[in-house]
Amino acid sequence: MNTFVNRFSTTNAQSEIRRAQALAADEEDFSDSAWGSEAGFGSLAKGVPTFSVPAVADPSAFLRLHTDDHADPNCRIKIQHGTTTLAFRFKGGVIVAVDSRATAGSYVASGTVKKVIEINPYLLGTMAGGAADCQYWETYLGIHCRLHELRNRERISVSAASKYLSNLVYGYKGMGLSMGTMICGWDKTGPSVFYVDSDGTRLKGDLFSVGSGSTHAYGVLDQGYHWDLTDAEAQELGRRSIYAAGHRDAFSGNTVNLYHIKEDGWHFIGNYDVSKMHYEGPGDVPGGPGKGYGYDIRVEGRSSANPPA
Amino acid sequence: MAMETSFAITGKGYVIVAADTTAARSIIKMKTDEDKIKTLSPHLLMSYSGEPGDTVQFAEYVERNIRLYQIRNLYALRPSAAASWIRRALATSLRTRKPYGVNLLVGGYDTAEHNPHLYWIDYFGTMTEVPFGAHGYGAYFALSLLDRYHDPEAPLEEGLGTLKRCIDEVSKRLVVSPGKYKVKVVDKDGIREVEL
Repeated sequence: MNTFVNRFSTTNAQSEIRRAQALAADEEDFSDSAWGSEAGFGSLAKGVPTFSVPAVADPSAFLRLHTDDHADPNCRIKIQHGTTTLAFRFKGGVIVAVDSRATAGSYVASGTVKKVIEINPYLLGTMAGGAADCQYWETYLGIHCRLHELRNRERISVSAASKYLSNLVYGYKGMGLSMGTMICGWDKTGPSVFYVDSDGTRLKGDLFSVGSGSTHAYGVLDQGYHWDLTDAEAQELGRRSIYAAGHRDAFSGNTVNLYHIKEDGWHFIGNYDVSKMHYEGPGDVPGGPGKGYGYDIRVEGRSSANPPA
Repeated sequence: MAMETSFAITGKGYVIVAADTTAARSIIKMKTDEDKIKTLSPHLLMSYSGEPGDTVQFAEYVERNIRLYQIRNLYALRPSAAASWIRRALATSLRTRKPYGVNLLVGGYDTAEHNPHLYWIDYFGTMTEVPFGAHGYGAYFALSLLDRYHDPEAPLEEGLGTLKRCIDEVSKRLVVSPGKYKVKVVDKDGIREVEL
């Protein structure tokens, strides 16, 4: 019924686009020199990124009614809020590390979530906030990055890709999108990291951490970070920082996924169990401590007592 | 108020207690050199933060009762006993019509056993002995840092270095970070204030 109404309605957004498309098709006046730009109507005629919104008077109010608000714990759709993700730039490229826990309220819904989205062999996106929002829109971003490649015979820059995403989510501002993501990659300019969130904020930087566990991760990350880290040191710092958050933040944990982006694209370094890292350490990895990260394990046998000699 | 931050760290034969020095009301800093660490006895320190008004009232109540014990018995309570008494005072208060909203870090040096003790206590009357502790928003940054960097055998200089890391991290990342901190040390020689 709604599709039927939409087709004949003269006031909604889809009919606006239909009108513009008709205009662009009928109009003979576009000269060849305007080809490709279609005199500024190009985006409208070819269709800007759109998706159908619920067929109700106020879609954002509808969404709010069905997603978890602090006010209403009984709502139907739970959005994944607790997370820890981090990414930082250094001499040897970009390190991306994330946890793998998905919570729905106080329930641990999954411990094996892939929070790094492999957009293409040179671009990674991280997932914090709404899992579906991140997954859908970053995959969608991947499609457009590929189209950019085909159109321009050149890989899209990290800056441009992140800007495409930030412009896209800004278009939905106030409608309930929830995402806090880092778009990371290697392009002509070298390694880069951009933070993009659903408020429309887009920031270029060397080091970011996002999610409920970000403060805990920052505590370890900031203190161990400097530009001239070796590859092994950098990977260890990423792993250790997510462990810290997995240990201290109830909404983060289970396992750590670690990626390293170099000039030839991203490499998956490994998946590490947080409990195992606490008691036994990350195993035989470059830069590893050779024992558990846990405080009690790290300081075993050491004492503050100070008896006179 | 969680805007206030306090830290405490144990090390080889000492406890360092640090608290920020701002007294804020709403969004205004009313005072920037307030001492929020009380000396309870020759080898006992207590930092306090929380509900304005309650904090000083409760701290002075504790201070005088610990002093009273010393006058009556001619010796001071050991850190564990003092901390237990303070916890009980808070726990009793919690079930009254107007409970004290005060969070504490009680650090002391046990001169009988020659070891430092640190107790983390919140306004619900939760108490736990810890190698390091923090209250306020600063805890969100400092605890993971201390999990990584704290050393129970660190000499004082190194302990102060670790404390400085915590303070720097909070200044770097916390939006409403406090400006200055007062830092006190308790060890076998008693209590003294140190400059970072």
